[in-house]
Amino acid sequence: MSINLLALIGAMLTIATPLVWAGIGELITERSGVLNLSIEGTMYLGAFIGFLAAARSGSPWVGLLAAVVSGVVAGALMAFFVVTLGLNQHVSGLGLTLLLIAICEFTFRLLYAGDRPTLDDKFAVLFRGTDVLAQHWLTYVGFLVLAPVTWWVLRSTGLGMRLHAVGESFEAADVAGISVTATRYVALMVGSALMAIGGAFLTLAVLGSFTLDIVSGRGWVCIALVIFARWRVWPAVLGALIFAGMDALQLQLAITSAFDAVPGELMLALPYLAVIAALAIGGRTVRYPGSYLKAYRRA
Amino acid sequence: MTGGATDTVARPLLELTGITKRYGDLLANDDVSLRVAPGEVVAMLGENGAGKSTLMKVVYGLVRPDAGTVAVDGRPLDISSPKDAMAAGIGMVTQEFSLVETMTVTDNVALSGTGLGRVDRAETRRRVVEAMERVGVSLDPDRLVGSLSIGERQRVEIVKALFHDCRVVILDEPTAVLTPQDVRALFETVRRLRTAGLGILVVSHKLREVAEISDRVVVLRRGRLVGDRVTATVRDEELAALMMGGSTDEVAAATATPAAEPSELEAAVGMEVPTDQPAASATTTAASPTPGTTTGTTTGTTGEPVLRLTGLTVSRGGRDLLSGIDLAVRAGEIVGLAGVSGNGQTELVEVLSGTLPVTSGTLEVDGQDVTSADVGRRLAAGLGRLTEDRRGSVVPQMSVEQNLVLEDLPAYTRRGLLDRKAVRAHAEAMIERFDIRARPADAVATLSGGNMQKVLLARALARRPRVLVVAQPTRGLDIGAYRYVHQQLDELRTEGAGVLLVSEDLDELRALSDRVVVLFRGEVVGEMPVAEASPDRLGVLMAGGGSS
Ligand SMILES: Nc1ncnc2c1ncn2[C@@H]1O[C@H](COP(=O)(O)OP(=O)(O)O)[C@@H](O)[C@H]1O
Ligand SMILES: [Mg+2]
Repeated sequence: MSINLLALIGAMLTIATPLVWAGIGELITERSGVLNLSIEGTMYLGAFIGFLAAARSGSPWVGLLAAVVSGVVAGALMAFFVVTLGLNQHVSGLGLTLLLIAICEFTFRLLYAGDRPTLDDKFAVLFRGTDVLAQHWLTYVGFLVLAPVTWWVLRSTGLGMRLHAVGESFEAADVAGISVTATRYVALMVGSALMAIGGAFLTLAVLGSFTLDIVSGRGWVCIALVIFARWRVWPAVLGALIFAGMDALQLQLAITSAFDAVPGELMLALPYLAVIAALAIGGRTVRYPGSYLKAYRRA
Repeated sequence: MTGGATDTVARPLLELTGITKRYGDLLANDDVSLRVAPGEVVAMLGENGAGKSTLMKVVYGLVRPDAGTVAVDGRPLDISSPKDAMAAGIGMVTQEFSLVETMTVTDNVALSGTGLGRVDRAETRRRVVEAMERVGVSLDPDRLVGSLSIGERQRVEIVKALFHDCRVVILDEPTAVLTPQDVRALFETVRRLRTAGLGILVVSHKLREVAEISDRVVVLRRGRLVGDRVTATVRDEELAALMMGGSTDEVAAATATPAAEPSELEAAVGMEVPTDQPAASATTTAASPTPGTTTGTTTGTTGEPVLRLTGLTVSRGGRDLLSGIDLAVRAGEIVGLAGVSGNGQTELVEVLSGTLPVTSGTLEVDGQDVTSADVGRRLAAGLGRLTEDRRGSVVPQMSVEQNLVLEDLPAYTRRGLLDRKAVRAHAEAMIERFDIRARPADAVATLSGGNMQKVLLARALARRPRVLVVAQPTRGLDIGAYRYVHQQLDELRTEGAGVLLVSEDLDELRALSDRVVVLFRGEVVGEMPVAEASPDRLGVLMAGGGSS
């Protein structure tokens, strides 16, 4: 049996990248007390818009920028539903996910009936072989810039304190003169932009194309990771690595003949089972943010 | 407007004109106008639900009025959020805590002043400590607010309101949860602020406090401003009459009637028995089944212990929350438990209720060992309880009748189904007996604090407990409800049950208890008959002055 450890770690980092981007995005919105279930749809939107813009303009940079803008719009839409209108967060998030995926699929079929398009100019080189460090720059930025900066902002800045106050007790935040509405709008727009980048990474950096099952549940994994991490940045990154490690392992095992007897579906399910196990063990005593799932209304 | 120069000595710092606020059919504030001058302390009196908090929230931008204006320094303000209010120099301590439990004291105090960028925590901490010294409060600035007692949280609120330079300070019932010493310290602060030329508006329902601290008293009743008096010249009875809507004569008459009423009224309005009227106070004491007279007058003489704690210790994380508590409550007596909040009272009530496990020692209810019994078995053994967390003791969305039978479901269940008729009948009986101002089907969430407490009292007493553990039973209640709760506890004693009364209101403890026990850092540091429990003596013990 030959499991190549370096290849495994390299693949793990690549697979973890969209989870880190989107997971931190979800973490930011949840810190403001909003469960953003539109994450799956927002990642899908980012993947599609990123691909579309890159294909039309010929530049992956334009694709990335377009993905960010689409994420901001999706976040603002979610904020309009749950903050301005005060609608139920579960329903709004799931509804938005269904809507965004449907719109993207529809547009995709309309534009590329039948054929499988590819980007001429894919984003940089991707990790190949055993050179663990030959990762995409979005991977580096995700782990080495986004995660520490988010951690620092949440911990040491007034912005982080506001987010904390709004997420834990919006009444207290309001009395302190902090706008609950503005804080949640910003959190949702920034968070959703990060989710869209996570999605765009899949089309622009990994696949160089768009397929209808491009996101395939990664958004839901991020939701689980954030709860598992109890809304802390580094545990969320760790969770993403564990999930990605399982996924990479599963991929390697699938190509070694030793596991022929094991159904492929079971192997595919491995990382998801790990998430369920992690939640079952670590998620039971979770203390949710005080204003989680609640809409704020002044008397 | 013509020749108004003679109206007031100083130009008003804060001026409210024609404030009106409606909630549906309810007029919470009805055309209220009010002025506060620099260096003036104005007290606002009013029963629960009179609209005091609503008015304060209007000033602070938390509630948008339907009509009326707020002006500071003669300039009308457009206050639509607390941020505007703060910018205009208004600071406020809200009645309900506005703290983030998962943040430190420092962060909570500094929250409203922080920008978006990096927070210099060392510098902020220094300024917060400084502010605490200025205000006369000592607290660990690094502790999480969630780990503080209610009294300590209140102090954080006060520091928070005064942390920024403000010219008008609003305190909405700030003393409700403070010990006498803390109240004194707070008033000291208020006086200092007055000297510094600030305008101060204090909401209270305790007449004695009002008399002590304010220059002027305004009274709010059913949303309307019904009185504006100079504190130095107004009589307490007049204020009480304004608050309750009776005439001065009625209240005066009630005060003079040698029934159970007078002492309760005095307790309710926070007055001490006037020392310059020895005759009156003697009649009062002799006629009412309250302090000191128990031995002679109570019919159900104190009997065998109905609650007994022996060496009760509770440790958590290597720390003793309660250590070696020995305490007995006998049938037919009320034992008062005094202590500064955060010295183990909450834990004691939790241990008795069965929500906090005992580390060592035993706990007996009516002779049965219930040390490790679950809540149901404790109730069956004859324990009743009324915890300080009223909202946490009911299911707010459920109806009054459902909440009333919540602890006794098997008795109202037939073949696995709820017997609705029996539930309704029980609710109607309880509503009648406890004078609950609600219909059986009303959601408890819509009830006032006083009525919610009556529901809880009804639920606890319907089971005829052998011993009732009550914590802060009258906190935040208006005079009517306050009096009512005291009457019920007194009756319970007369019927031969035991009561353990945990309260931070020393007036209440001294008015009801036969014996007073003082808790300090989780230990019993003093026990005495109520006759010997002077506020000064209790104060010393509560501050740890009695321990070795
Ligand atoms: N947000 C609200 N919605 C409906 N009614 C309210 C609201 N806030 C307060 N009230 C009602 O307004 C009245 C005044 O309440 P409040 O100002 O809190 O009284 P107080 O502080 O004098 O005890 C009460 O009858 C209360 O039930
Ligand atoms: Mg109030």
